Amino acid sequence: MPEWHTGSFFISQGKVNEMEKNARARILDKEGIERTLQRISHEIVEKNQGATNLAVIGIKTRGAVLAEKIAANIKAIEKKEVPLGAIDITLYRDDLTEIAKQPLVHATEINFDITGKRIILVDDVLYTGRTVRCALDELIDFGRPACIQLAVLIDRGHRELPIRPDYVGKNIPTAKEEQVEVRLEGTDGEEEVVILQ
Amino acid sequence: MQIIIKNGRIINPATKHDKVADILICEQNIVKISGEIKSKEAHIIDASGKIVSPGFIDLHAHLREPGREDKETIETGLISAVTGGFTSVCPMPNTQPACDNQAQVKFLLDKSAAIGLARILPVGAITKGRQGKEMTEMCELKEAGCLGVSDDGDSVEDPGVLKRAMEYASMAGLVVMVHCEDKKLASGGVMNEGYWSTILGLRPIPQEAESIIVERDIQLARRAGARLHIQHVSTRKSIEAIREAKRRGDRITAEATPHHFTLTDEDLKGYDTNMKVNPPLRSQDDVQAVKEAIADGTIDAIATDHAPHCESEKEKEFDFAPFGMIGFETALSLSVTELLEKGMIDWKGIIEKMSYNPARVIGYRGGNIAEGEPADITVIDPEKEWEYTREKIRSKSSNSPFIGRRMKAAVTDVIVGGQMVLTAGKIVRGR
Amino acid sequence: METRTAIKWTKKNLLGIEDLEAAEISAILEQAHSFKSVLERTIPKVPPLRGKTIVMLFCEPSTRTRASFELAAKRLSADTMNFATSTSSFLKGETLKDTARNIEAMKVDMIVIRHGCSGAPHFLSNCVNASVINAGDGMHEHPTQALLDVYTIKEKLGRIKELKVSIIGDIAHSRVARSNILALKKLGAEVTICGPKTLIPKDAEKMGVKVTYEISEALKDADAINILRIQRERQNEALLPSLREYASRFGITTEILRKYARKEVLIMHPGPINRGIEISQDVADSEFSVILDQVTNGVAVRMATLFLISMVK
Repeated sequence: MPEWHTGSFFISQGKVNEMEKNARARILDKEGIERTLQRISHEIVEKNQGATNLAVIGIKTRGAVLAEKIAANIKAIEKKEVPLGAIDITLYRDDLTEIAKQPLVHATEINFDITGKRIILVDDVLYTGRTVRCALDELIDFGRPACIQLAVLIDRGHRELPIRPDYVGKNIPTAKEEQVEVRLEGTDGEEEVVILQ
Repeated sequence: MQIIIKNGRIINPATKHDKVADILICEQNIVKISGEIKSKEAHIIDASGKIVSPGFIDLHAHLREPGREDKETIETGLISAVTGGFTSVCPMPNTQPACDNQAQVKFLLDKSAAIGLARILPVGAITKGRQGKEMTEMCELKEAGCLGVSDDGDSVEDPGVLKRAMEYASMAGLVVMVHCEDKKLASGGVMNEGYWSTILGLRPIPQEAESIIVERDIQLARRAGARLHIQHVSTRKSIEAIREAKRRGDRITAEATPHHFTLTDEDLKGYDTNMKVNPPLRSQDDVQAVKEAIADGTIDAIATDHAPHCESEKEKEFDFAPFGMIGFETALSLSVTELLEKGMIDWKGIIEKMSYNPARVIGYRGGNIAEGEPADITVIDPEKEWEYTREKIRSKSSNSPFIGRRMKAAVTDVIVGGQMVLTAGKIVRGR
Repeated sequence: METRTAIKWTKKNLLGIEDLEAAEISAILEQAHSFKSVLERTIPKVPPLRGKTIVMLFCEPSTRTRASFELAAKRLSADTMNFATSTSSFLKGETLKDTARNIEAMKVDMIVIRHGCSGAPHFLSNCVNASVINAGDGMHEHPTQALLDVYTIKEKLGRIKELKVSIIGDIAHSRVARSNILALKKLGAEVTICGPKTLIPKDAEKMGVKVTYEISEALKDADAINILRIQRERQNEALLPSLREYASRFGITTEILRKYARKEVLIMHPGPINRGIEISQDVADSEFSVILDQVTNGVAVRMATLFLISMVK
């Protein structure tokens, strides 16, 4: 398994070809994820000139886990607590009736007023953009934030909506048939990012 | 015209015969029963492997004419009856107007004679307009052809009126056929009282609504010296009362319907209004009691209580749908499935309950395959399996909960008064 | 971290608690919990039922249940339409079947029905393709009321299993009682029913409940009591000698509770309340009364029901 560096860059076509040979290729390991999140956290603080008025909201389930880590990072950097929330977008999905298995809708947990806040919306993989659209709609129902910025661990392309991330862990060009899976200790027991064919 | 029924197993309880033989029918009567009969001009019915029974007699049916010809007419009713193997039918007098005078009886007899399928054995009302107040002109009813009287659909509520009517009927030579229901105790109920009425939240009818009136009528009939026939018995308590009366030697008979020994109150789970009947479907224990009573002779006859209703009337909330289901075309098969195949009675038993005994109950010369007797005969294929479908129903109404059921045993041929009216399961008309 | 349990909801209709498995009841309760938090948002409305039309076919007078269903539907962004008539109007004139077909011709997705005849929702579900939700049928079932009742108990006491719940009043004529008994039994509670013998239905103990005619028995050790409304008609039907005698023998008052019940027993009532008859003023307004929580929870439970059913094609 090649050692991947943190930083936002494209995987060379050769590497992609090599990965295609395997059913499952690891893009990031535990340390890689941590370093990536560290960098994103720094970028967030840099861009927003500190942590004042910031709030981090993760999209359930894995985005919420990443949001927790980012919030902790920001606290470590700025020595300041930032409000943390989690959002379940199921009710806002545009393909709700097409889901074969009915998902159990979990509660959205935002226990602070988002009005006037600079919201960092966090998700694990950015793909079509539809999930983010749901999250934006739902956030607006909670109040009127000053701005919403999007942070994602993986951007795999193939956008179907005009949505662009503000902070990206890794850009991974993929084929539509491929699956990008982010596994996190809190939800999956191990911590890595893999591509499945 | 001559007809020979060849090689059938003739089961005739009247003469205790059960053997394979040929029957020669000439004009209206059975002329000869013998090992082998040959005739060139006779029409041959091959009854090999089949059972030849005296024609079935239904003590309890509703033909709805006059008044509710949208549900059934005498003609469609008799077509349905013949399809089910019945050669004689007792239509209940709860028509509109009620059959409570000789003109009404004459109407029934004339109409059925013109139709020429099954015979009608008329039953007149006990009280004028079935109002439970004044008794009918029973001597004239008898003269017009009635064999019994009944206010079916209701009990005669006033015991004084009923006692006098019973006395009068016994003088006129009429059987008093009683529907036993205390309407006050039933208090607008729609199903049997018990666990299932509790679960389904349907207004209950306690079993005593029937059995109390059964006991009352037995006592009144004994006092009046009347011939009493208890209609559609459905509870263990009623059966115990009848058994006790018979043991004492009372002149009492009783009938039960196929649905009361086939279905239970639990079957109402889906709120199928075609299962809404009066008396209501009872508990498993009552169903068992009915079967045992048929087997031990406490219940003499199987009667259909064929009660046609329009689809639009049954396609309603359970509370609003009328009581009753059709029954001519399923009576034999349900009896075979529930009684014969469960070992309660044999073929002789079935024929006794559907032909021989009903004739005795109503005092009619029939239910007997013997030389010189009228040729009313039903031929049964005992092994045939078939599915009861909506398309097969010959009644004008199709309010049956048995649609879609696999059935055992089928009526193939029916002869009434020496005329073929059903052949290979199809109605034959015109002489 | 909560685990995302994907439940398989397959019921197209909600006709009664009888048709539900314990897991399905739990799924509705869990779903209701999420919806309850939606109701607390600045904008208490979510979009999953956008474009769906829900008809409230109420053939019996009802203010609360209809309002609750209507609000639940609107919180989910469905369009609602009211169709009020009387049960007896179906006896003559247009039948329920015709009415249902007419409503369906307007392209509706769900019909919420309240009807005076037991089994009417079953009948309706056989006439139409739309989903049918029973909002109370005759003396049969009132499934969403039972769901909101068990939700409320679970919310207040943390569980249902092995709790002792007593239902007091006119059990025979109560769809609330039937649905509650079924739901509570399925979730493992011990149920006692209590009322005058004339208002206890035949073979009730076969439902797995304890039957008593003594209020002291019903209150002893009970974790929750559900007090049913007593209808004035029962006196005219000769099922009760008088409401006065009912109140003195079965009415829940502070004194009775102090004498026989645990201090913190949960007081429930499906409403509308006859104060001074089945429940005294002070009990209805006491700190252990959850009557208003039941109303709030009713909206969340009905949202959960409508949402899950809308997912089934």
